[in-house]
Amino acid sequence: MASTIRVRATASGETTEVQALIQHPMDSGFVKDAKGEIIPPHFIRELTFEYDGKSVFVADWGAAVSKDPYVKFSFKGGKKGEDLKISWVDNQGQSDTTTAKIQ
Amino acid sequence: MTITDNGFSATRRLILQGVAAVALVGPGNLGFSLAPAFAAANDKYPEDAFKAKGDADAIKALYGKAAEPSDKVKLDAPEIAENGAVVPISVSTTLADVTSISFLVSENPNALAASYRIPAGTMPSVANRLKMAKTSNVIAIVEAGGKLYSATKEVKVTVGGCGG
Repeated sequence: MASTIRVRATASGETTEVQALIQHPMDSGFVKDAKGEIIPPHFIRELTFEYDGKSVFVADWGAAVSKDPYVKFSFKGGKKGEDLKISWVDNQGQSDTTTAKIQ
Repeated sequence: MTITDNGFSATRRLILQGVAAVALVGPGNLGFSLAPAFAAANDKYPEDAFKAKGDADAIKALYGKAAEPSDKVKLDAPEIAENGAVVPISVSTTLADVTSISFLVSENPNALAASYRIPAGTMPSVANRLKMAKTSNVIAIVEAGGKLYSATKEVKVTVGGCGG
């Protein structure tokens, strides 16, 4: 199965800019479906970015993060061709991990 | 003489330690317990903070203290959001020693939307997209050098993002 995580990490000078887009419903638990039944909460709780064995960015998310979440940040260091590891875990225990090459 | 000196300084040290311990424990006992709040903000998913209703309660649950407004926190959000389901919001700051950045939407059912841990070496700047139930203040909190700084901006929402 294709990964739910799409990442673009670009090294320029001393820093690496990371943009990530994840496919996830991010259901808040406040929305009803067509039958009027509440759609149970289903959202990513933790999203971690690791570079060189250390986490460079950790997101703790609630249900108020938009569907198919997007996040952008940058960190010092990171070279072209090196790996950035991205993983998430949601409130239902599902998870996904991917590794992206820094460009 | 030397023995007396040592005895004196040892006693003095003990007394000072005692005073320090009281000073540390005091505020925790008076208000709420500070230790778990800090642990939650630093390395574990802050479950309680995300369940808190209002913005003040969420900040307290997450950090254990209140934030002061600062013009060094730059919150970038639209004046009017056409679609409350996807509101692009970003924060950057010129403050040093930033350890975390959090986003709150005051009028959402649970005010805390996202909290980001910023290790040393990572830039204190985050962009993301949040859901907003209705027109509300958006609050950005920056934790820098153990203190909290905030910026607030009202975003008008024409179509809510939390259905119903």
